[in-house]
Amino acid sequence: MGYARWGAFGLLALVVLALLVTDPDALLGGVAAGMVLFIVSVGLSVTMGLMGFANLAHGAFAMLGGYIVVLSMRNLGVGFIPALGIAFLLTAMISMVFERLLYSRLYRAGELDQVLFTIGIIFVFMATLTLVVGPESQPIPLPDALRGQFDLGFLQYRTYSVFLIVVGIAIAFGLWLGFERTRFGAQIRAAVDNRRMAEALGINIDRLFALTFGFGSGMAALGGGLGAEFLGLDPNYALKYLVIFLIVVAVGGLGKITGVFYAALLIGVLDFLLKKHVPQGGTVFVYALAILLLLWRPNGLFGKSA
Amino acid sequence: MSSLSTSASPAPATNALVSRHQLRWWELLPWLLAVAYFFMFPTYLGFGTEILIMVLFAISLDMALGYAGIITLGHAAFFGAGAYTVGMLAHHGIWNEPLSSLLAAAVVAAMLGFVSGLVLLRTVGLTFLMLTLCFMLLLEESANLAQEFTGGFDGLTGITIPPLFGLFEFNPLFPTTQYLYALAILFLCFLFARMVVYSPFGQSLTGIRENTLRMHAVGAPVRMRLVLCYTMSAALAGIAGGLWAQANAYVNLSTLSLDRAATVLIILVLGGYGRLYGAVIGAITYLVLAHYLSKAYPTAWQLGLGLLLVGIALFARGGILGIGEALVQRFRPSTQRTPTPS
Repeated sequence: MGYARWGAFGLLALVVLALLVTDPDALLGGVAAGMVLFIVSVGLSVTMGLMGFANLAHGAFAMLGGYIVVLSMRNLGVGFIPALGIAFLLTAMISMVFERLLYSRLYRAGELDQVLFTIGIIFVFMATLTLVVGPESQPIPLPDALRGQFDLGFLQYRTYSVFLIVVGIAIAFGLWLGFERTRFGAQIRAAVDNRRMAEALGINIDRLFALTFGFGSGMAALGGGLGAEFLGLDPNYALKYLVIFLIVVAVGGLGKITGVFYAALLIGVLDFLLKKHVPQGGTVFVYALAILLLLWRPNGLFGKSA
Repeated sequence: MSSLSTSASPAPATNALVSRHQLRWWELLPWLLAVAYFFMFPTYLGFGTEILIMVLFAISLDMALGYAGIITLGHAAFFGAGAYTVGMLAHHGIWNEPLSSLLAAAVVAAMLGFVSGLVLLRTVGLTFLMLTLCFMLLLEESANLAQEFTGGFDGLTGITIPPLFGLFEFNPLFPTTQYLYALAILFLCFLFARMVVYSPFGQSLTGIRENTLRMHAVGAPVRMRLVLCYTMSAALAGIAGGLWAQANAYVNLSTLSLDRAATVLIILVLGGYGRLYGAVIGAITYLVLAHYLSKAYPTAWQLGLGLLLVGIALFARGGILGIGEALVQRFRPSTQRTPTPS
């Protein structure tokens, strides 16, 4: 456990240092992308770790969130930040209905049924958004304050990326506090480690599942809204980014917030760098890396050792 | 023991076990239907060939998923490997005799299946799911990159396939040869798959699916059996891919895509997995529906497909054949229950 974590830390630190000197532009861009990956994937990691549910439809909730942000900004004239709040709440509520009515029936089913069910949910979301909003991609109207360049002192960089990094770190810290220092967080951790024991101790697992699922989907919606600027937003979103979200979670380890954070940063930076320098073959390395990492540590870099 | 040998009528369970591999009368139906189709719809033979190929692909997945319980999201990796083997051999003028090309496709896919199975099957559950997905996408990206050999994004078009046995011309416009050829190959592969799943080896695969721990406990070499099953499944998928390349006279990245892997999975569960004939019913139902709906009403088709998947996962885990079996059981309560995947 320890040595993998420190190995990853060391690797990350080396890469960061090397990049800060050689290519600070790519580093910041990659970190900003990584933050979005983290915000979207963290909910998936917790729900997968907690419920053991192969929820491939997580990206669909991120997509829904992105659409809610764009539509409420465009049609209701809401600002960017309030729109993110609306997306979080609405998506969390919708997903809790899904969890209670549908997902909860499949907790004891096999992975195959869960996979099929969530692929079905993806199709339903994609088709519904195409019917209601339309098949075209939806540009996000960012507020002027977040556009343009920001002076960091040592270099000028896109304001939005700096904003994403700040927001991402704040959210990561907030989640970490909530996870490690609150009663609710302790209940989640207890249920991830040993669900039966947690139930026996009187933790209301049904309520815990519904709240966690809603919160995780709300985070996905937030990530969908925050990332819409560079990930784009169209009905194919849920399928297009499915694999990258899953890779982040698998590499980070199920149910591990810090693990997902580092994995998201690692993959965000790597993906950004490779696409910049090896544009013709960037994704090959990400897949290959994911395979090697998962073979080396099947439960993820930061998960329980096998 | 003595009760078995002395009693005049053996116990029903024994009976079921002894006779489970015997051919039933209805097993002839799909083949009669396939031959009848040839005479009834001479203008739709291209579509028929597509169905036959998807049936073969779904059967290959059924061996791994339905019988051994290997849940993979990346089965198109082997389909694509077979298709690209045939395509590249023919395109670069190395070899294009149809039957031996298919054999090459099977060998290449089997080797990929063996190596990836050996490595990936060390993991289980979500990790395995992810790894199969990554493996397939890795192949797809590699095929996209290796433009010189694979034609990259555009694929390889205009593959020339010489006449079968030097007599029967492959013709994309009037695909009578393709249809009968695909039907014959499917028949042989089906016999192979049927033999495997009803053999003692196939029984042990079902045992692994139902209770891996117990199979370990009775001393079965669980991992090697799974790898072997995965390899055979990959070989059949490779043959299906090779057939696809020969029938269409081109290869492209769609043979390796997540789309194709998801489609074959949907076909198999729609028909009913772990039953062999589920692949047949699923492929016919899905492709006929897709043929009429997906072009005309793409969004409604997607919505319907999604709802269908949700419905199958929640209410009808056995697919169409499962529903049929449940109906038969209801009207004939005395028949022996056959073990079905949970």
